[in-house]
Amino acid sequence: MTHSKTIFTALVFAALALYPVFTGSYGVDLVTKIMIYAIFALSLELLVGATGLICFGQAAFFGIGAYAAVLLSPEGSAPSLLWLLPACVLASAAYALAVGALSLRTKGAYFIMVTLAFAQMAYYMVHDTPLGGGTDGIYLTMKPVLGSLLDLDKSTTLYGFTLLMLAGVFGFLALLGRSTFGRALAGIRVNEQRMRATGFSTYPYKLAAFTISGGIAGLAGFLFAVKDGFVNPEMMSWHLSGAVLIMIILGGLGHLRGALLGAFAFALLQEFFKSEAVFGDFAKHWHLGLGLSIIASVVFLPRGLVGLPGQLKVRLMGRNSLPEVRREAV
Amino acid sequence: MDFSIFLIQCLNALQYGLLLFLVASGLTLIFGIMGVINLAHGSFYMIGAYMAYALAPIVGATLGGGFFATLAVGVVLAVLLGYVLEWAFFSFLYEREHLQQVLMTYGLILVFEELRSLLAGDEVHGVAPPDFLAGTLALGDVMTYPVYRLFISGVCLALALGMYFVFTRTRLGMMIRAGSTNREMVQSLGIDIKFLYRVVFAAGLGVAVLAGMVAAPVSSVYPNMGDSVLIICFVIVVIGGIGSIRGALLAALLIGFVDTFGKVFLPQAAGVLVYVLMALILLWKPDGLFKAG
Amino acid sequence: MTQTKSRLHLIAAAAIFCASAASAQTQPKLKVGLMLPYTGTYASLGTAIENGFKQFVTEQGGKLGGREIEFVKVDDASDPSKATDNVNKLIKRDNVDVLIGSVHSGVAMAMAKVAKDTGTLMIVPNAGAGAITGAMCAPNVFRSSFSMWQSGYAMGDVMAKKGIKKVVTITWKYAAGDESVGGFKEAFEKGGGQVVKELNLPFPNVEFQALLTEIAATKPDAVYTFFAGGGAVKFVKDYAGTGLKKSIPLYGAGFLTDGTLEAQGADADGLLTTLHYADALNTPRDNAFRLAYAKAYKLQPDVYAVQGYDAAQMLGVGLAAVKGDTTKKAEFAAALHKAKIDSPRGAFTISKFNNPVQDIYLRQVSGKENKLVSIASKALTDPGRGCKL
Repeated sequence: MTHSKTIFTALVFAALALYPVFTGSYGVDLVTKIMIYAIFALSLELLVGATGLICFGQAAFFGIGAYAAVLLSPEGSAPSLLWLLPACVLASAAYALAVGALSLRTKGAYFIMVTLAFAQMAYYMVHDTPLGGGTDGIYLTMKPVLGSLLDLDKSTTLYGFTLLMLAGVFGFLALLGRSTFGRALAGIRVNEQRMRATGFSTYPYKLAAFTISGGIAGLAGFLFAVKDGFVNPEMMSWHLSGAVLIMIILGGLGHLRGALLGAFAFALLQEFFKSEAVFGDFAKHWHLGLGLSIIASVVFLPRGLVGLPGQLKVRLMGRNSLPEVRREAV
Repeated sequence: MDFSIFLIQCLNALQYGLLLFLVASGLTLIFGIMGVINLAHGSFYMIGAYMAYALAPIVGATLGGGFFATLAVGVVLAVLLGYVLEWAFFSFLYEREHLQQVLMTYGLILVFEELRSLLAGDEVHGVAPPDFLAGTLALGDVMTYPVYRLFISGVCLALALGMYFVFTRTRLGMMIRAGSTNREMVQSLGIDIKFLYRVVFAAGLGVAVLAGMVAAPVSSVYPNMGDSVLIICFVIVVIGGIGSIRGALLAALLIGFVDTFGKVFLPQAAGVLVYVLMALILLWKPDGLFKAG
Repeated sequence: MTQTKSRLHLIAAAAIFCASAASAQTQPKLKVGLMLPYTGTYASLGTAIENGFKQFVTEQGGKLGGREIEFVKVDDASDPSKATDNVNKLIKRDNVDVLIGSVHSGVAMAMAKVAKDTGTLMIVPNAGAGAITGAMCAPNVFRSSFSMWQSGYAMGDVMAKKGIKKVVTITWKYAAGDESVGGFKEAFEKGGGQVVKELNLPFPNVEFQALLTEIAATKPDAVYTFFAGGGAVKFVKDYAGTGLKKSIPLYGAGFLTDGTLEAQGADADGLLTTLHYADALNTPRDNAFRLAYAKAYKLQPDVYAVQGYDAAQMLGVGLAAVKGDTTKKAEFAAALHKAKIDSPRGAFTISKFNNPVQDIYLRQVSGKENKLVSIASKALTDPGRGCKL
């Protein structure tokens, strides 16, 4: 990772750390939500960007983490973070393991659809059966605590904790990308056949990536449930699977900071088009602006937001200065 | 469950399955022949339904026609829309990666929904079937079956047969099938592949719009109605085999029956059943039931 | 501290003092957040509620409790998954003083939870979920409408007294549907009846065909249903369309035929429903309300308009008692518990669980109106199960 990229990432985290000082509770809430989506996007980046596995069912793992948080919490007393968080991550990872084991037998568009199928199964489980609260969802009555140190009921504490989790996941995935495991995944993405020809058994690597990705998505789901105190089946819907896919493509595939940028860009674009201050009465038609922006981003930003500085450099300084396109981990 | 009730449920399942086939056939053509993942396909269905609602008074006033005139006008408009949309938007997607197609067509869904909101409002609307089709047939002692639903099944079946005929017995069908297996070869044979693709796209869109128009009296016309149809269509296309019309028909009927009888016998599991079915079929036949063509 | 700095401080202090003195004379506007559905199957209900609410405010000269009303609107699209986000926006970004909403019970429950946690004043102008004045009740959350249990219970009583024995129920599968059927079942089974089958489909699905076939197969004595808005229109038409209406009588909670008769046409004729409102009540209060509403909005009012109107009335009563100071929550609640709300539906009081205690009418559809037949249940109080107020 070159210096400019490290500095960029460091700046982003520093800005996020200082942000609560300058805004009120709505701003803190909003950015907590965006950071949770960023963790969610990072989990998908591991699958799509690093390993080349296009999963259209990521929302299921997100939703399972969220539902586990509510269903496992005791009624009437604040659960301890120490066991609730790992339990939720494990629940999602377990479902991801099962889904991965079965789906990885298919390829291409069929793989995409099988992952969707398994996500829809989870969706209908909570939507139609009394397991979840049906379409009305279920409520988390008491937010988790870490002894007397952390009470996630307070929004600034939750913000700080989410930021910590985001930094942790980012760092973990960066290290993973540079390890042998990460290199193997990159090899699988570029040419799986060749990897197998050199003696690599690719299936366990793909399955491991799938499971880790599911666990991280579960972490994001857990945080979301804690933030809103409310979970409902739409957290597992294909709309959300689609939205997180959009986020990482928008940000730029193959780069961890792409997931970060994409989550922020997607959420902020929504806020922008929804704001009545800018659009007045037309703000209720905000989907139009968002849709047009997404289409425009594919036409004008083929490598996502991450590729924007490169594109500008080409425009300003001529074609010869375009560096070799190389997909780095971060 | 006595026999007449079973028969009625079979008719329900058939009608649902055939309607799904109509929408899914367009999707499998576009996906199979042009390799484009089109998330906006559900929006075409929605456009059809809203056209049935919005065009009926206009057609009645200007052309003096009734239901069939509205259908005809709607199909003509749909084919025109398909032509323009392909030329202006979709032709850019052929060379792109699947993920970019996903992104662009997702944006298109949002744009279509808001256009719908701006042009037709946000309320739920009913569409009345034409009077001569609005009656019922007595089936069994208690229940009657709406004639209009039989009409829907009839239309879908007729279109299915028409498509089969075009694909297997005409030159155009032959070109389309060839284009789906080897695009460059077809081009080098002097066939205008761009024109071919435009025709296929317009046909796919037209069929989806027709499905929406025909279904409007039974489904009502409401915001986001394309959503539920979209996902089921992808399931059908994948189960049937991408690019296979035969496969889409079989898969659609299968889903129609599983869904209808599932709702009756296992209402809590009805939603999951369709996806369990898809997962099982794909694990057995990872490329779907039939090959393209 | 230099001379100029201390002088500046003095001027600043004086300015602040003047400003606060000035603001004490005229109170700031009261921000009312309307979170209602403006899209989807419940869109017409949301519009009716807003119309009714605004009608009362206009009748009071644009002020309640001495404070001018300012509206902030959000479309909740009857989607519970977006409700928490939407209501947080209203409370934290737009800083509303009072929340009015919603129609869909799932949305209203999400709103009530946030209102309870933040202590924001909230009046529910429709959603009938029991939890809002039950397990999730709060001293600052009120309802001007009904609880699903009320109309279901009243109809169960009516049908049991008619001698009906076997019933199939059909509704949407969410809190409102479940509770309507639950209330019905409670009274119906107490009266000696039996619910042989409970059919449901996901909200807001309107593909009823397979389930109507099921009803025909089961051959009950009657059917009880809850649907509202666009779904109610379709169900009544489909039910008549399959010929079931002639052989298996249809009963329902009044939402089936309120605000929907124009679209349902002849298919709704003769239907018996129970609700806390009816057309042609012919009381002076109702006639005045209906006349004013029709003049202002060129539409006939329905139960939703009345509920919106009464939500504004309740807000007015509470604000008058606390002289416009919304921080005096205990006094606000006390005033409402003592009050008798002069509603177009008939006067009602507010139970200690913050739900209306009201008469439930039995109505029959005749000539595009829900005509009053009799009073099905007098002063019916929702039991408020689980509420610790």
